[in-house]
Amino acid sequence: MSSEVFEPKILAFCCHYCAYASADLAGSMRIQYPPNVRIIRTPCTGRLEVEYFMKAFEQGADGVLVAGCLEGGCHFIEGNLCAKRRVNATREILSEIGLEKERLRMVNVSAAMARPLADIIIDMVETVRKLGPSPIATNAASITENPL
Amino acid sequence: MIVAQRKSIPELIEILRGHKKVLVLGCGTCVTVCLAGGQREVGIIASALRMASKLDGQMLEVEELTIERQCDNVFIETAAEAIERNDAVLSLGCGAGVQAIAERYGKKPVYAGLNTTFLGILEERGIWTEKCSACGECVLHDYGGICPITQCAKRLLNGPCGGSREDRCEVRPDRPCAWQLIYQRLKDIGQLDRLKKIQTPKNWGPNLDGGPRIIVREDHRI
Repeated sequence: MSSEVFEPKILAFCCHYCAYASADLAGSMRIQYPPNVRIIRTPCTGRLEVEYFMKAFEQGADGVLVAGCLEGGCHFIEGNLCAKRRVNATREILSEIGLEKERLRMVNVSAAMARPLADIIIDMVETVRKLGPSPIATNAASITENPL
Repeated sequence: MIVAQRKSIPELIEILRGHKKVLVLGCGTCVTVCLAGGQREVGIIASALRMASKLDGQMLEVEELTIERQCDNVFIETAAEAIERNDAVLSLGCGAGVQAIAERYGKKPVYAGLNTTFLGILEERGIWTEKCSACGECVLHDYGGICPITQCAKRLLNGPCGGSREDRCEVRPDRPCAWQLIYQRLKDIGQLDRLKKIQTPKNWGPNLDGGPRIIVREDHRI
């Protein structure tokens, strides 16, 4: 129904050492964030590759959030910096495809930043909500068969 | 190795316009090492093509396959079935690979997905530099192993042009002057006397100017 508010599906790759712990802390602190994000824990954002982001969008994600440690604070020294470069490369590919690059975003948080993480998620959901459903998701048959 | 770069997605979509089923064919050799056309890049480009074609209203069906080498019959054969069941092939091999596939599948459109750029090496992670121009008559022995044909922007064989600033090339200030490198290298290995020899104009006959080159080794023919 057109009167319904669009609820974007956002995939959040969260680093085990910071963002994932931060999301956990948000839960303990009873800080709420939109249920639109599906969190995937990663050992480090440096583990993420361009193809992971591409596959997420291809399979119908409306947005992808990559949350790594604060710059200089990576458990594996510079995994988050690798992720930053890969996210930027993917954003360029998305632009070439004709998909808004704002649908993919990388942020840096520490394990103690529960409130900022919740705010980031709220902002990401609002950004993607304004952009509307991913045209790929709209056309993707698999999204109804395999919802995120 | 051969170093290449991928074409842009809009360019690829334009190249493939009109086809319904396309095979994106990667090559497991040079272009895998230079991160342009290996298995991972095949996955990324295939994903991008599927999404871009959806947005373009084309709904392109894209199959992915990477073979060991696209310039070798033994390996090309392993792609035969996949090539047959698709309308066209987007090869992520170098120019040689694309042509090798096209020659062997006469009725199948084969397109290049990469721009084959140069013969080079991995300088450091994510940076490749050109080292050889495949001029056909190597002169490296006279220049301490540094190629004046490739490294010098003016391809000078008898000393620097005089336009370099400090040790920087006049044409490409971001690159070192090849002749500075050559002099330093010959000095280091005690062969500066090699520079006393006046080089005659280079014979460009073995170069591409004479048409496509061919090598025949009778001792290896059967």
